[in-house]
Amino acid sequence: MSNDARGADPAPRASRSHRTWRIARHVPGPTLAATYLSLLVLLPIAAVLSRAFSGGLSAFWSEITDAETLAALRLSLVTSLIVVVVNSVAGVAIAWQLVRDRFVLNRIIGALVDLPFALPTVIAGLTLITVYGPGSPIGENFAFTRLAIVVALAFVTLPFSVRAVQPVLAALDAETEEAAASLGASGWTTFRRVILPSLMPAMLTGAGLGFARAIGEYGSVVLVSGNLPFRTEMASVRIFGLIESDNLPSAAAVAFVLFFTALIVLTIFGIAKRYYIRGDAQR
Amino acid sequence: MSGTLVGATGAGAASEPSGVVDLVAYSTPAPAYTVLVRDFQKTPAGKNVLVESSFGASGTQSKNVVAGQPADVVNFSLATDMERLVAAGLVSTTWGSSPVNHGYVTNSVVAFAVPKGNPEHIKTWADLLKAGIRIFTPNPFSSGSARWNIMAAYGAQLAEGHSPAQAQAFLKAFLAGTVVQDASAADELQTFLIDRQSNKTDVLIDYESDILQAINAGAKISYVIPRQTILIQNPIAVTTDSKNPSAAAAFVTYLESPAGQNEWARLGYRPVLKSVATKWATKFPAPKDLFTIQSYGLDGWDNVAKVFFSTSKSSPGIVTQLEGSLGISTSSG
Repeated sequence: MSNDARGADPAPRASRSHRTWRIARHVPGPTLAATYLSLLVLLPIAAVLSRAFSGGLSAFWSEITDAETLAALRLSLVTSLIVVVVNSVAGVAIAWQLVRDRFVLNRIIGALVDLPFALPTVIAGLTLITVYGPGSPIGENFAFTRLAIVVALAFVTLPFSVRAVQPVLAALDAETEEAAASLGASGWTTFRRVILPSLMPAMLTGAGLGFARAIGEYGSVVLVSGNLPFRTEMASVRIFGLIESDNLPSAAAVAFVLFFTALIVLTIFGIAKRYYIRGDAQR
Repeated sequence: MSGTLVGATGAGAASEPSGVVDLVAYSTPAPAYTVLVRDFQKTPAGKNVLVESSFGASGTQSKNVVAGQPADVVNFSLATDMERLVAAGLVSTTWGSSPVNHGYVTNSVVAFAVPKGNPEHIKTWADLLKAGIRIFTPNPFSSGSARWNIMAAYGAQLAEGHSPAQAQAFLKAFLAGTVVQDASAADELQTFLIDRQSNKTDVLIDYESDILQAINAGAKISYVIPRQTILIQNPIAVTTDSKNPSAAAAFVTYLESPAGQNEWARLGYRPVLKSVATKWATKFPAPKDLFTIQSYGLDGWDNVAKVFFSTSKSSPGIVTQLEGSLGISTSSG
């Protein structure tokens, strides 16, 4: 391990103090990363998993096949997937605007894109209910509907879609596009055949992050969704309800399914991403 | 261990009680208890007693006491939670035998909160089904308060002379008219308070005591007590394993005394003491048809939990089936 560290930095003694070098050798990066990840991510997940099965396999099965739970899981999955598709398209459009257009208001747009991250999610929910609720200044009232859920999720996950694509778009080689154009490709064909394949891995990264965030989202949806069982109740809200009624094993069981669903979808996105990167390399 | 010592010296001294009393109660009376404990400590019996309170969802609190949370005095939102402690041997089987208050420290009723001035003129349960009325009631699978609301709606139909089938049809329309079912009554009240500012057709179904507390706290809402509604009774008891029984009994005695009952009434709870209730009759008008969870063959919470709210797959409850059917038929919105 110390060999690797030395190999990574060919002249450590010359460039750093003796003290720094010793610390670097005694706390190697891999150990730090593993410890940090374990404490922050793996341990809590393991705890949830063990809690999910604490009532036995039949109790676990009975909770995750409960009609209200299934309806909530389906709603979370479907709305998250819709949001991912919508935001992937919108994300490229906004990134395009920011990178390719010399628009005077681009700085403001750039700041606005990050706003959903800056706002606490429950404030985001409150904001949406004010704008799209019964007292809407623009005359749109869809508070407490599934549409409100999609809008809330789209709002909180927008930065992922834009910020994942933006640097890739900025680094894209203009010559390839010019070559495509000089060979007679239309603007749309150039976008579809040249630009989009290069953007695809970044779009999938943004989509994966957005999906993972959306499927577990609580703060922004709890206010605007109405939480009607079987109708507008999200899985995250269902979990909270189970905790409120002192049913921790069931709450953990639903959390486990949510976690597992996110894992499957992220894996699919990961495979798709690799396919595009390989395809890109072959071209 | 030290508890036995305290008890022994307390009995020997035979003077005013002292020491700590652990109060474990349901969530909504938390602000009321702040006032009541302070007033208790101003009385001779309470001046040396320290009350340490724990508040939470009624069912959770009851289960926690069974699991070993120290408690000298317990106060729940419904008798089922008290019976759990009786089964565990932590509360005497005679907790409800007092001829004066039958083990209950406060009463309330299910009422309707509406935007200030009641713009939609909501008066009856049937008014809730008028076109455009948006009903707010919590999720009955996580909230005990929601179950009181639903049983009030159902029992009101029977009180009006409708058949059980008609009462079920009413429940279906009632549930279809709900726009928000948050996990708890507290969440539901907050969502209602945000929404009703801009929407004049909102109606929140809630305990009268909760609504009065919200109004005391400055919420600009009105409320209506329907002619047919359910009586909510909140049980209280000293535990059998109390480490400080004399102080615990003194505290409960104060809560049930005319002074304590008067304070409860001021804070929005219906007094259980007849003499005090008479004094507050204008604030708490008696509904025409006031029924209990025992009335009309409802047969108490154990039966109601099974028949109406069971989530068992082989024999789901009436409300469980109704909510499920609404989910499938409502394909949009």
